[in-house]
Amino acid sequence: MKKLLILTAIFCSLLSGLSWAEDLSADAIVEKANEASYYAGQDGRAEVSMTITDSSGLERKREFTILRLNTEGKNQKFYTYFKAPADVYKMAYLVWKNVGQDDDRWLWLPALNLKKRIAPGDKRTSFVGSDFFYEDVSGRGTHEDTHELVETTPTQYVIKNVPKDPQSVEFSSYQVWIDKDTFLPRKADYYDANGKLYRQVEALTVETVQGFPTVTVSVAKDLKSGSQTRNEFSKVEYNIGLQDNIFTERFLRRPPREVTR
Amino acid sequence: MFGRRFHLMILTGVCLLLTSAAPTFAVESALLDELGLSLHGFLDARSGTRLQTDPHQGQASLNEGRLQLDVNRVGDWATLQLRSDFVVDSITEDHDQDFEEGTGIIDLREANLLFSPHSIMDVKLGRQIITWGTGDLLFINDLFPKDWQSFFIGRDEEYLKAPSDAVMVSLFPSFANIDLVYTPRFDSDRYIRGERLSYYNGMLGRRAGQDAVVEVDKPDEWFSDDEWSLRVSRNLAGYEVALYGYSGFWKSPAGMDSETFLATFPALNVYGASLRGSLGSGLFNLETGYYDSRDDRDGNDPFLPNSELRGLVGYERELARDFTGAFQYYVEAMQDYDAYRGNLPDGQPARDEYRQVLTMRLTRRLMNQNLTLSLFTYWSPSDQDGYLRPNVAYKVTDALLVTAGANLFFGSDEYTFFDQFAKNNNIYAGIRYSF
Repeated sequence: MKKLLILTAIFCSLLSGLSWAEDLSADAIVEKANEASYYAGQDGRAEVSMTITDSSGLERKREFTILRLNTEGKNQKFYTYFKAPADVYKMAYLVWKNVGQDDDRWLWLPALNLKKRIAPGDKRTSFVGSDFFYEDVSGRGTHEDTHELVETTPTQYVIKNVPKDPQSVEFSSYQVWIDKDTFLPRKADYYDANGKLYRQVEALTVETVQGFPTVTVSVAKDLKSGSQTRNEFSKVEYNIGLQDNIFTERFLRRPPREVTR
Repeated sequence: MFGRRFHLMILTGVCLLLTSAAPTFAVESALLDELGLSLHGFLDARSGTRLQTDPHQGQASLNEGRLQLDVNRVGDWATLQLRSDFVVDSITEDHDQDFEEGTGIIDLREANLLFSPHSIMDVKLGRQIITWGTGDLLFINDLFPKDWQSFFIGRDEEYLKAPSDAVMVSLFPSFANIDLVYTPRFDSDRYIRGERLSYYNGMLGRRAGQDAVVEVDKPDEWFSDDEWSLRVSRNLAGYEVALYGYSGFWKSPAGMDSETFLATFPALNVYGASLRGSLGSGLFNLETGYYDSRDDRDGNDPFLPNSELRGLVGYERELARDFTGAFQYYVEAMQDYDAYRGNLPDGQPARDEYRQVLTMRLTRRLMNQNLTLSLFTYWSPSDQDGYLRPNVAYKVTDALLVTAGANLFFGSDEYTFFDQFAKNNNIYAGIRYSF
């Protein structure tokens, strides 16, 4: 009888030990998801093939290579080099992301050899005409919404997010399904002011590259207009030793090998 | 010889041929890959007409087909770039092939070699388009050649910049970027001379065009009529700061030879600075430059321009999603104004001491950023004149763009900078296929 009691006690403490590890707050889960999505490795490179399909079935394609470098704190630098379509070939988009402030953004115009600074804009503006927003590419600040863990399934956390400044966005809330093992968001449903689902973003395929779980296919759907955009990430690399000086005018004039090859 | 209708037919034919040949480009690209070359370009056809009759010009303002080919080779040691336009222009009567002026079938835009002799140094040698400064369609420290003719008749805005034949040496020490450009032979603007666009002729006291084409005496000696341009720039806590210097000549005819009555390009030095950064939810820029008219520092010579102090302040911000507005205030302050007025020949209208210009650029993007509506306006409260540049551009597919717009000049006195072009008001439309 005593043995059974001891065994039960050990068993119970083991169980509670396990469930304590699962008791991550919604904020902590969201932070980890942000890390996994946008901060993997010290730097990264990916080739992106973007297909935008409108409601009539007309397809437009964007092809670009994106370089990312984590700088101090949560700041980052991005270099996006366009390869297609032909009218944006060799154009580049340079961003110095400053968390808590506006980003510094520039557009390189090859026909003029000019580094043109762009006014900081609404982060929920379409990125190159696709159904992904600028904020989807560079990351939405985790402090901008209140987060609530609404459900825990065996494999995922379901978080409901409500914006702290509802006037600044077009959604009233959005719900995200985050994988427990990788902390990568797999699906996000956006609800408008009337509580109707109007936008969906999904990470369709996740692969492990150099030990980092990486989304390799994602789709954003605008349910109101009927258009959707599919992103395919290929040749993904991490920790390739990118230098800070690549994110400057010198390398807009002379694109580095990391983007042209 | 061949009428413009014939030229348009040829152009349409070539367009159709190229679009049907598009799949074969995929095959040819395998060959280009082997040679390490990349080839891109476009086929552009545009047509424009004047909105009023001009006694000194034809009714059509623009009628051309243009094929641009851009070849790049990125090597281990150097990058070669060759970008050339092949133009069939049925308006111009000047068909002589001239690489400086840009006339003839070949308008060579870029032909240069970019290499790096040292880890902190890049050199770009040859024909290239150089742009710097912070102004939007207003230039203070950008003394590189401009093509005002293309700008006013409805060619794509990028054609406002004309090529330079120069060597640009760029140094990248840790404390700043240093760009030094040496142009061995003066590259003037592609200025308005009257054979295509009417302008105000001071001697005749009226607008003139083909009846009085500007004759110039241009500095054209290699190495003695050269230009130096310098920019030292750096980023200081999110603000972009730059200092500029220029030594050369006024880029458009600004003086007159009192004996030959030819228009001249007098000597000029410019010293300037600029600052650009974030302000509130937008971007601001400040720029200034002192135009030192070297041959007439006292301002006494009526045939040479006086020195000027120029300044510019601008602000740009997003007004709504996909809708941006940008505003600028620009002023030219003539130095030695009393000397200028004292020496001004009788009957010649006087320029203001302070010429002020306000600009506004509104850009609206719609339909998933495939439709762009834009308006750029110049308005001079001191000259009481202005210039409007509305434009609509729609990307039908990834490769095909259609565009239409207008160039509208207005004002109260025909001798002011913008109103002198009022007889050239035009509308235009174009189609571009990119590959």
